[in-house]
Amino acid sequence: MKITEETVRYVAHLSRIELSEEEIREFTYQLDAILKYMDQLKEVKTSHLEPTSHAIGMKPLLREDKVEGSFSQEESVMNAPERKGPFFKVPPVIEV
Amino acid sequence: MKDVLSMTINEIRSCLRRREFTALELTEFFLERIRKYDKEIGCYLSVREDLAKEMAKEADRRIKAGEDGLLLGIPMGIKDIICTKGIETTCASKILKGFVPPYDATVIERMKKEGYVFLGKLNMDEFAMGSSTENSAFQITRNPWDRDRSPGGSSGGSAAAVAMGLCVTALGTDTGGSIRQPASFCGIFGLKPTYGAVSRFGLIAFASSLDQIGPMARNVSDIAVVLQSIAGHDPRDSTSIPFSPPNYASFLGQEIKGLRIGIPDEYFTEGIDEEVKKGVLQAIDTLIGLGAEPIKLSLPHTKYALATYYIICTAEASSNLARYDGVKYGMRVNGKDIVEMYKKTRVMGFGKEVKRRIILGTYVLSSGYYDAYYKKASQVRTLIKKDFEEAFRICDLIVTPTSPTTAFKLGERISDPLKMYLSDVFTIPANLAGLPAMSCPCGFDSKNLPIGLQLIGRPLDEGTLLKVAYALEQTINVKKIPDKYEC
Repeated sequence: MKITEETVRYVAHLSRIELSEEEIREFTYQLDAILKYMDQLKEVKTSHLEPTSHAIGMKPLLREDKVEGSFSQEESVMNAPERKGPFFKVPPVIEV
Repeated sequence: MKDVLSMTINEIRSCLRRREFTALELTEFFLERIRKYDKEIGCYLSVREDLAKEMAKEADRRIKAGEDGLLLGIPMGIKDIICTKGIETTCASKILKGFVPPYDATVIERMKKEGYVFLGKLNMDEFAMGSSTENSAFQITRNPWDRDRSPGGSSGGSAAAVAMGLCVTALGTDTGGSIRQPASFCGIFGLKPTYGAVSRFGLIAFASSLDQIGPMARNVSDIAVVLQSIAGHDPRDSTSIPFSPPNYASFLGQEIKGLRIGIPDEYFTEGIDEEVKKGVLQAIDTLIGLGAEPIKLSLPHTKYALATYYIICTAEASSNLARYDGVKYGMRVNGKDIVEMYKKTRVMGFGKEVKRRIILGTYVLSSGYYDAYYKKASQVRTLIKKDFEEAFRICDLIVTPTSPTTAFKLGERISDPLKMYLSDVFTIPANLAGLPAMSCPCGFDSKNLPIGLQLIGRPLDEGTLLKVAYALEQTINVKKIPDKYEC
């Protein structure tokens, strides 16, 4: 399947990345080549196979749900690029 | 003091205990070397002299009080993808510039307990995406053996710093070869542990089902010591394996007589440089001379590993990197609404390779393509894993080249992503199968560039890798530090 500039534009929007026209052209060309390379997997029969995620087949280990020490409010927001007191500051999300 | 570059951690610790020098003097020795040499290579993104000296003084106090620790007083460099409390951690990305983690990664917590001394944060490809360290947003790192060449990547800063003696050892991370390939290019040892053997808590995520932290060092004994200090179960990482690490040092010096070493056809055919092939086959002869038994075998799905890997790692990266949105940490570029803020922040904050992988990963996960790509790749991954399971029925470990070539020139592959990806073709399968794997220097090519040999073992069998690496090290004793950087 041929990757089009339209597809790259759409996927860039899904990824919340604003690409320049030049980058769209470049990525379209490169992604097309990379996906063509990936298409070789189509020749492998896999319908009978379970997918692997954890390499040694372990199920995730969950902790007991109990309260432990956590970051202070100050530590939680100290890296925010913009903040107001103990809060993260963001542009309006809901239109009024 | 000038002999410390050829000493193991254990030998340095003996000197410290005998007061031949102090941890502070040792730390100052490395800080001085960094000041003198790092400008021409560019290993470190940041060096914290104040903190290093403070930690060294603390180590001296502990030594004086008769305390012990596996890394007590040992100066180390840390790849800048591992969170260090109160110390800027950037992943070599503009988007994380200025990020100061409020916590330590588990590996750092453990190494602090063992008394390590922090020197600085080491350069890498942005978010560990790359094989040359040229994708760092801040600086390139050169190969200490030939400054026109790449140190490999993504842990290129770590590998170069170890190879030129700008630290005793370093931590790197490996998702598809990022410890082993640079170790190979820089002529040092580098171990990627079994997936789940070392906690990923505090490791900034790239591809969560593949990432592992591991040691990089000039000798095998140091690999064992650092691994000992960081391995073991951590409840804060749900993929961490509940196991008690063995005494890794106990494997060093064990005989390798009768050990069955598997030699897979697929790793010695296509695309491999003749000199690399020759160097690795010579090292295999050395192992045979020590009594190892060679077993020819096939890993038939090897040719699908690269495609499988780049689907899985980009898919996982696109999800993991969604968190960089200009709100919680790092940089922000404002826009007219929140979506525009996200888009502007992410386009300004991420470098080209990171953007390329996020787009690719989003594509393979997007509606209508998930089954054809991500699910398919996860199933082929099962076949690759089964190849190894079959192989380990008839051999005890597998020996291959680490990378098809020695260090390539800076700029040579940066414009062709597929060509760059090919330098990881021999390291990727161990990540997909979660197996421990180690690169060992085994000689030089005619351009005087280091050649790396890779050992791949059964799950949690780091011990056998260390045993064989040590036997090889004792027999062929490859030069580790380029003349120019010798003391």
